[in-house]
Amino acid sequence: MDFFRKLFGGEEEVPKEIETATTAPLTEEQIQSILQGPNVQFDLQQLMAASGQSVGKLRELNEDSLLTLTTTLAGNSGSLPFGLYIVADGMGGHQYGEVASNAAVRIVAGYIMRKFQPYLFGLKPSPPDESLQEIMQTAVREAQKTIQSEAPSSGTTLTAALVLGQQVTIAHVGDSRAYHIYDDGRAEVVTRDHSLVKRLEELGHISEKEAENYPHRNVLYRALGQGEILEADVFTVTFPQAGYLMLCSDGLWGVVADQDMFRIIKEAPSLQRACQNLVQAANSAGGPDNISVIIAQLIG
Amino acid sequence: MGSVYRARDLHFPNVVKLVAVKEMINTAPDPLIRQTIVQNFEREANLLATLSHPSIPRIYDYFSEENRSYLVLEYIHGKDLEAIISEYNGFLTEEQVLTWGIELCDVLSFLHKHKPDPIIFRDMKPSNVMIDHNGDVKLVDFGIAKTFQTGQKGTMIGTEGYSPPEQYRGEATPLADMYALGATLHHALSRRDPRMEPPFSFEERPLQKINPSVSTELNTVITTALQYNPEDRFQTADDMKDSMLAAARKTGILSKVTTTIGQADGIKPLWTFKCEDEIRSTPLYYQNTLFVGCYDNNLYAINAGDGEFQWKYPTEGGIVSKPVAYEDNIYFGSEDHRLHVVGARSGKVVWTYYTDGPVRSSVRIAEGHAFIGSDDQYLHAVNVNSGRAAWKFETADPIRSTPYVANELVYIGNEAGDFLTIDFRGELKWRFRAKRGITSSPTINKQMVVFSSLDGTLYALDHRNGFVIWRFRLGKGSVSSPSVVDNIVFVGAADGFIYAIEAGTAKELWRFRTEHQVSSSPVIYKDSLYCGSVDGYLYCLEYRTGRLRWKFGTEGQIIGSPLVYDDIVYVGSTDHKVYALLA
Repeated sequence: MDFFRKLFGGEEEVPKEIETATTAPLTEEQIQSILQGPNVQFDLQQLMAASGQSVGKLRELNEDSLLTLTTTLAGNSGSLPFGLYIVADGMGGHQYGEVASNAAVRIVAGYIMRKFQPYLFGLKPSPPDESLQEIMQTAVREAQKTIQSEAPSSGTTLTAALVLGQQVTIAHVGDSRAYHIYDDGRAEVVTRDHSLVKRLEELGHISEKEAENYPHRNVLYRALGQGEILEADVFTVTFPQAGYLMLCSDGLWGVVADQDMFRIIKEAPSLQRACQNLVQAANSAGGPDNISVIIAQLIG
Repeated sequence: MGSVYRARDLHFPNVVKLVAVKEMINTAPDPLIRQTIVQNFEREANLLATLSHPSIPRIYDYFSEENRSYLVLEYIHGKDLEAIISEYNGFLTEEQVLTWGIELCDVLSFLHKHKPDPIIFRDMKPSNVMIDHNGDVKLVDFGIAKTFQTGQKGTMIGTEGYSPPEQYRGEATPLADMYALGATLHHALSRRDPRMEPPFSFEERPLQKINPSVSTELNTVITTALQYNPEDRFQTADDMKDSMLAAARKTGILSKVTTTIGQADGIKPLWTFKCEDEIRSTPLYYQNTLFVGCYDNNLYAINAGDGEFQWKYPTEGGIVSKPVAYEDNIYFGSEDHRLHVVGARSGKVVWTYYTDGPVRSSVRIAEGHAFIGSDDQYLHAVNVNSGRAAWKFETADPIRSTPYVANELVYIGNEAGDFLTIDFRGELKWRFRAKRGITSSPTINKQMVVFSSLDGTLYALDHRNGFVIWRFRLGKGSVSSPSVVDNIVFVGAADGFIYAIEAGTAKELWRFRTEHQVSSSPVIYKDSLYCGSVDGYLYCLEYRTGRLRWKFGTEGQIIGSPLVYDDIVYVGSTDHKVYALLA
């Protein structure tokens, strides 16, 4: 009944690491102590992110676009970790893929940020009227409209993750990916590739082995800018703790194996270095395509 | 990005000659992109100009003005097939679809036999098929004749859902058109838009299952057209046409009577137990005894094995809530304003706790406290040992929803539509407001708290802060409490449906229609869902598909929820009876 007395007795229990609540962002020591002790709970949660990008070794043009946006809003009012991470991989060499991927990132991020303006920057913070999933779905529709008028017949993948507290709401079209990478080495793909090869694998027409060497690996059946009806996959997952949320284009996941990605992230001294090393690994493996990667970590 | 105008050709001032003017606005800022667009447009014009067939609109002219290009085409009085499918109430008849299918084979055959090179239409789909005022088909939109590039991230040309696998690889042959025609006819007969489904998934939507009036003959034709491997399909449009003609002759195109869902009548209850008034509550199973509250003011204890009466405990008001067992005592609220606690075996009172209004909410026990809502607008936290209030939280409207306790928080809705989260000290953590009352009881799945409201919405909120993750529109308001199993949310609503919704994406998996409001909360047991309806039936559905397994009729309405324990379903009805049925 100790526990219960604590809660109903009206006597406030003082957390042992009281000093931890007074700094934002957390100090290096605090971060280390959290990462080492899985059971340490902090009132303050901290979201961190880094990114890396490279044109690769075979392409002349970078048709990938990415965006990271992590807010720290510290003070007495209390606020949730808020982050927005987007990777878009434009399609085709002469079909203006870079126009499409750039438009996708800007339109989607712009729409979402306008919806969250009152919550983040209003003096009386108010959450948006729509649900998180509705906001993501509409943002993708806006981007679809823009791409169809700015660069018709072009297309792009889009994987966008909106982090709010411990929820990650993802909008996804195409074959860029979001991963949950856990500290124990599990790497879980949370998005579903809208690619022909993946679909054939799902249907059992080809095996996983055959899929790896399939000649039309890069053919998509769903892409932003393509088709009159676009249904993005929109879903909500819990932020992987202890672990990482990773977004990347196929320039990374297509050439670097899951276990290598995990090892590189684990060995790197910081998120930024992890991103750089991942990009380097993809280039060392030939760098056949543009490479984009974002890694985010939620601490506390 | 294009509009089609109905226009009058003024070269013929003395008659009204209508034409269709197809406009393409070139908004691309990049000059190279603009050029590609104009080239595509001109290609369509030139292609159409060489074709003469009753199912292909004639072209009169084309021209460009600044950033706009125009095609002047034969005007078709009619509607496109996509509009016809969506506006038609119910399924189009097989006869109708066969007639159009045969005409479409004719025009595809014409295109495929074109000299010097066959023309592949590449984009056969309902919205590219016009049905004119005579009921004849016209194929429109020849705009996407285009070659593919391999090696680059492929642009997909054609329309997702209708295009065959090989077209995604950049191969377009006459056999691709056969597949897309199959997909078009499948859509017309099933009303299921393939663009909303994963590609090549027609096998997962058998035509005759969705629309039982489709004949086996026509079903075979469409299945053949939709074969994954091109060599397994009809090899020419003429072959497909012949098969359709044969199907039409064989069936005499008589649409069959729709088979109704199988009804398992003759289900005999294991036992029934009759009370003195309506049962609107949900029973509890505890140590081989069934406890059920009744509108006759009594809580009954019945032997769960044979339905024998054991004891009853009288209160001074109707009992509509579900009893809860805790440490050999039974807790339940009554409209006599009290929370009653009685011994499970003896039926003797242990203590009672007074609120200032009827109690319709059920108890939730956690951390040594009983949490319960009352019409007195308070959420009460009552110490189970002393029977005294630890605290009360005022919500400004009656609480009929049952609290949910998790993460050291109490989640509760009230009749004003407030959804509140209160910590164990009785302090508000966060609040959310629905448009109307929340009578349903919340449940938590992973990180979301799910509940329905009388405003006709099923809500999923972040359990930590109340952010709306998704909303799902129900046909009408709901008092039914959702249950979540396998990441699927099940809930009933006043529109008479039981819904199954995927928890991560808010996508509807299925819905099942009952004949009246569903106030009861669905219960999942093994691979079945059990739920009552005001139409008087208890339904047993396969929970993954929503297929009816059986239903059992009572003589009243079923308002409370069923309880399943050890392969037996227990349910009360307003016919005053409790039923025990084999699950």
